Amino acid sequence: MRSFIKKLFVENFSNAALNSMADAALLEFSGKQLAFTTDSYVVKPLEFPGGNIGKLAVCGTVNDLAVMGAKPLALSTGFIIEEGFNIAALERIVLAMAETARAAGVQIVTGDTKVVARGEADGIFINTSGVGVYPLLYDLREKPVVAGDALLVSGTVGDHGIAILGARGNLSFKTSIRSDCAPLNGLIADILIHSSGVKWMRDPTRGGIAAVLTELAEEFKLDLLVREKDLPVRENVRAVCELLGFDPMHLANEGKVVAVVESAEAEKVLKTMRAHELGKEAAIIGHVAAIGTELVRVETEVGGVRRLQRPAGELLPRIC
Amino acid sequence: MKVFDDFRSADVVKRVAEKIARLDLKQPVRLMEVCGGHTAAIYRFALPDLLPANVKLLSGPGCPVCVTANDFVDRAIALSEISGITIATFGDLIRVPGSTRSLADARAQGGDIRVFYSSADALDWARQNSERIVVFLGIGFETTACTVAATLAEAVRTNVRNFRVLSSLKTMPEALRALLGAPGVQVDGLILPGHVCAVTGSNEFDFIPREFHIPCAVSGFEPSDLMESILILCRQIKDGEAKVENQYRRVVHWEGNARAKAVMAEMFEPADMLWRGFGRIPQSGLAIRTQFSDWNAANISVDVEPMREYPGCRCGDVLRGILHPTECPLFGKACSPENPRGACMVSTEGACAAVYHFSPVQRER
Repeated sequence: MRSFIKKLFVENFSNAALNSMADAALLEFSGKQLAFTTDSYVVKPLEFPGGNIGKLAVCGTVNDLAVMGAKPLALSTGFIIEEGFNIAALERIVLAMAETARAAGVQIVTGDTKVVARGEADGIFINTSGVGVYPLLYDLREKPVVAGDALLVSGTVGDHGIAILGARGNLSFKTSIRSDCAPLNGLIADILIHSSGVKWMRDPTRGGIAAVLTELAEEFKLDLLVREKDLPVRENVRAVCELLGFDPMHLANEGKVVAVVESAEAEKVLKTMRAHELGKEAAIIGHVAAIGTELVRVETEVGGVRRLQRPAGELLPRIC
Repeated sequence: MKVFDDFRSADVVKRVAEKIARLDLKQPVRLMEVCGGHTAAIYRFALPDLLPANVKLLSGPGCPVCVTANDFVDRAIALSEISGITIATFGDLIRVPGSTRSLADARAQGGDIRVFYSSADALDWARQNSERIVVFLGIGFETTACTVAATLAEAVRTNVRNFRVLSSLKTMPEALRALLGAPGVQVDGLILPGHVCAVTGSNEFDFIPREFHIPCAVSGFEPSDLMESILILCRQIKDGEAKVENQYRRVVHWEGNARAKAVMAEMFEPADMLWRGFGRIPQSGLAIRTQFSDWNAANISVDVEPMREYPGCRCGDVLRGILHPTECPLFGKACSPENPRGACMVSTEGACAAVYHFSPVQRER
């Protein structure tokens, strides 16, 4: 998928802001800098434990701005609605968007609605775009990642992925796992206020922290070492992963941030994360071992070391 | 899950690793496992990294998807093109390449192909959709075969007439006999599949030390289980012994699960079976008994395209332990989990996919 995107879109639209393939583009405009991002939401089912497509559409775009170190200001939204879509469900989705935007301190300032004939869309699709001012506090790009820097995650991984799987009725058992879907700009502002040691952040959505860490290793040519035993995973998420053969590091999150932090500041950032409602289970999960090798290694629970790969293809359950 | 924690203790694993190292075997030791669950666990926990350099772990024909021959996928695709037929399959099989297409391709072209987690779920779906003929694709070894047998027995008992099974179910003992007798195969010890043995009993494998003088350990699936099994095999090798030792005593009994064996014997009979990489192995498959032929999808007449392999694909050599996945010229280039050419790259239990996802690396010293 990534190579397809690079070949089709990045090569054809090529420009400096796009080519970095970051979560948001950074634009310079008469001496001021803006962060700009867009995302479309097609989640199935539309409503799931811990959220719905509307909440997701606000969180996803707010988070893409926040992890760049920007302050999210305003969102646009576009709805593509299948004819005959349940009005009550639509109201729940819109109310969730309004509530989430309020909680995140952003406004939804412009929008568009299209209705297509039955069968031409699957219920509802939502696009949101967002702009923010950059930087919120300091320019992350001016802080080079070096060997020894710590890797932090703001809480348990894989909750969203398993919650969606459960809500789809794909599991033959019930779980109480809820999506972690949440706007991260508050938590991120807290850590940036308390520490000037944050160097890089991403929200590990599709592809999980495996995708984010492999991208990080690729972008800066880093050798990263992650300790599996330090990775926060809920017991019930871990249990589902055991049963179905998933790696929690491959599962999607919608309310977590992965950060690279200067080693001397790591404990302080960890403490700040843990003091925030959304970061209670934050952990230091590894470090930058070396520069120049472009590799993510995992020290497994039992002490062996292996490579962590970007997840490829659909996640499929094991059959025996 | 907390129940696993004791079996994943880094201290226990380290102690066993030290015992293996202290045996100080001088010769190269090639240990083969024949279970996809073992393949996945070995690479996921990076166990090769904890072993002496001369102790090598090989993956044999233990991943059900990997040993499924192209002609089975081709037949399933051909069936999916008959109007009124729904193909019910385990998820792993969806992306396995057939001779020219996969089930995923057939689904994109309009075939009604649905993923189920168990044969029982597929039977339930058939009950609720009586206007469709539901063909369940039965792949797997004894572990899965007994569950398919139970579902089939239930379909017969409750007279669900729109449910069929296309069987490519396989049995492990005859396959191991064929493997160990094949030219070029070098195995110094076998890690026997714990869950297959739970069904068959460990005594089904007694012929291996007797006929081939190869040490065997029935193994569980946790890191400490596998390390202990490796220790058992290394000890036998050191002492010049060859016998079946049962490391997985908490699950496996020497005579197996009588109920599971009974339902398999009731519904299936041994038959010759085509294996990817091995060709036809006599009496290594399970065919549906003739009195249940109304439920046998093999009886649906359909034109199947002539079988062919992807040029250069060496899954067969990988499955025999002759070739390490990274030695295949297609590995990571023409063949990757995103675009698999051979079955070993599809399932998370396939040797190539396991090595691709979890490839061992030099640890930090």
